[in-house]
Amino acid sequence: MTNKIYQLETVSCPSCIAKIESALKKTDGVQKSEVFFNTSRVKVEFDEGRVSSQEIKDRIEKLGYKVLSEK
Amino acid sequence: MFKPTKVQIVWSSGILAAVSLVLKKLIGYEPVTIIMMMAATAIAGAPIFKKALGALRYRIIGIDALVTIAVTGAVIIGEYWEAAAVTFLFILGDYLESRTIEKTRSSIRALMDLAPDSARVRRNGVETRIPPKEVVQGDLVIVKPGEKISVDGSIVEGSAYINQAAITGESIPVSRTKNETVFSGTLDESGYLAIRADRVGDDTTFARILNMVEEAQDKKAKAQKFLEKLSRWYTPTIILLSVVFFFITSDTRLALTLLVISCPGALVISTPVSIVAGIGNGAKHGVLIKGGEIMEKLGNVRAVAFDKTGTLTKGRPGVTRVKSYKTDGNELLRIAAIGESYSEHPLGKAIIAEAKKKLGAVVPPPENPRMIIGQGLAFFWKGKEYYIGSRKLFASEGIDISEHEKYLDSEEEKGQTAVIVGTSEGVYGIISIADTIRENAKMLVSDLRSQGIKNVVMLTGDNRRAAKAVADEVGLDVQYSELLPKDKVRVLKELGEKYGTVAMVGDGVNDAPALASADLGIAIGGAGTDVAMETADVVLMSADIGKLSYVVGLSRATSHNIKQNIVFALIVVVLLLAGVLAKTMNMSLGMLVHEGSVLLVIINAMRLMGYGRSKDRNTAERGI
Repeated sequence: MTNKIYQLETVSCPSCIAKIESALKKTDGVQKSEVFFNTSRVKVEFDEGRVSSQEIKDRIEKLGYKVLSEK
Repeated sequence: MFKPTKVQIVWSSGILAAVSLVLKKLIGYEPVTIIMMMAATAIAGAPIFKKALGALRYRIIGIDALVTIAVTGAVIIGEYWEAAAVTFLFILGDYLESRTIEKTRSSIRALMDLAPDSARVRRNGVETRIPPKEVVQGDLVIVKPGEKISVDGSIVEGSAYINQAAITGESIPVSRTKNETVFSGTLDESGYLAIRADRVGDDTTFARILNMVEEAQDKKAKAQKFLEKLSRWYTPTIILLSVVFFFITSDTRLALTLLVISCPGALVISTPVSIVAGIGNGAKHGVLIKGGEIMEKLGNVRAVAFDKTGTLTKGRPGVTRVKSYKTDGNELLRIAAIGESYSEHPLGKAIIAEAKKKLGAVVPPPENPRMIIGQGLAFFWKGKEYYIGSRKLFASEGIDISEHEKYLDSEEEKGQTAVIVGTSEGVYGIISIADTIRENAKMLVSDLRSQGIKNVVMLTGDNRRAAKAVADEVGLDVQYSELLPKDKVRVLKELGEKYGTVAMVGDGVNDAPALASADLGIAIGGAGTDVAMETADVVLMSADIGKLSYVVGLSRATSHNIKQNIVFALIVVVLLLAGVLAKTMNMSLGMLVHEGSVLLVIINAMRLMGYGRSKDRNTAERGI
């Protein structure tokens, strides 16, 4: 399992949280996802054999949130 | 592909909407007016629609989907102006909100910007510049004046004035020299340094502080958890209500307006924005507050218990008084320092440090020095034999000190250790040594009292006399002395039962159990002390204990700010709902009030960023 934190551009509406969290959870290979609203960060636990970090990033960006950095 | 920025979208849809409004007033609903309105709707609505679609793919209905439905509905029933106004206001609100929220996070951004971006290392005699991440433990890091230090480590060569604002929030430079510790993120202002890297990259104190501040900002306060639950329940209820109105009363307009106000944005955002701004303010001042809940508690503190050694005091002995009889004070200090340069005793070190401060370097070394274990030492200087030590030493040498007994007693009563200096002819002088009180300790205690925290006590393992001396000087009425660590835990519990929320303040080294068991553990001088940074709820990075009163004030201001936001947001929710149901509020007005309230909440939180500024001025005026 890999843990990564993605810094998004400022998330301003709280309904974004549910949106991003559940979209990621429905992604194959993602074990856990948590959106930190206060700092606009997403913490994702995933299986690198099944989904890549790039795919996760793409998925978040497709929802309309730019990923500024990852660590 | 051309991708317009948020600003471009806001401006173009705004101008179109404004022009169409003028046209509507002048010529009414002519085709050109409608085209303008539809264009504004399309431009502002496109990103909303896109987000809604993206979410729908995962079967999630967010605020974007609701607004899209409302706007589409408005166009269908011919409310073109409403459609244009709602989309424009939504996109404008979204833009302004992210800009202002960004501001509340700017304190931590500013901290992040202090991170070093390159390091100069000397490997095999060759200096190279590399990214700080590539420095390894044990590397020799070279720092020149004006450069940032990129590792935590100890100085092996050189000395410099260092601005440690990144860690402690204090921008007055401190002097650091060989064998002393320096931190990553701090700025070398004046000298060449060679530093042995002890901690690099993410292990440095600076990186850990940043990490902890971010985690702290994400910790939800109780209020936030509650409000999130409330909004999770509120949105579906309003949607349901909208559906009911649509099918039963077939009042399409009312149903659509309800959708627009279904997300209680101001309410959900009310707590997080204040907490982020408050914690960011703390971080800027060198104080780490670990989360919103801690803020709430700290604002409600009823009693504060201080550890003595290392907290109220500096934790190392210093000369507090020099009384001389046969020679002047400085000369006495010189003689004593010459003798003590032979000893390794902490009291001796205190004397030497004082002599160095007052007289510069002390030479020569003593002649024929000899230690008298447990009593002191004797040595020759300029042909005379001197003695430095306790009463016991003078008694065993047969020197009469009876006329000084009273003074010795009174000094000891004050918690001082009295060191006697003399020859066989009699006493030359008495040097009083004690652990020195931290500069701002006394002011802090009176500040806390004026903030309404009346119960300020001291807990110490030290003896009663030493405890009383410190308590008297700092201005505490109550002190608990001769406590074992487990006694401290018990006393804290008693205080909690008696007064309410208790904060324990310590240096986090030998009082970790007490810090952990108190309602709130506050560690001072936390930079570099892992245990303190991990266990305490609040960490003052620097040794400036005076900041405690600022933190209490900041927490209160933050809690207060949260309350204002929540009350305001609740009122807005009720007004919006009532206004829509009473049909006095249309779609665009609903959106305007909604977005406006979110902005007001953020702007209110932004006021917290300035907290403490006027206080800084006050302390500057007091000359501290």
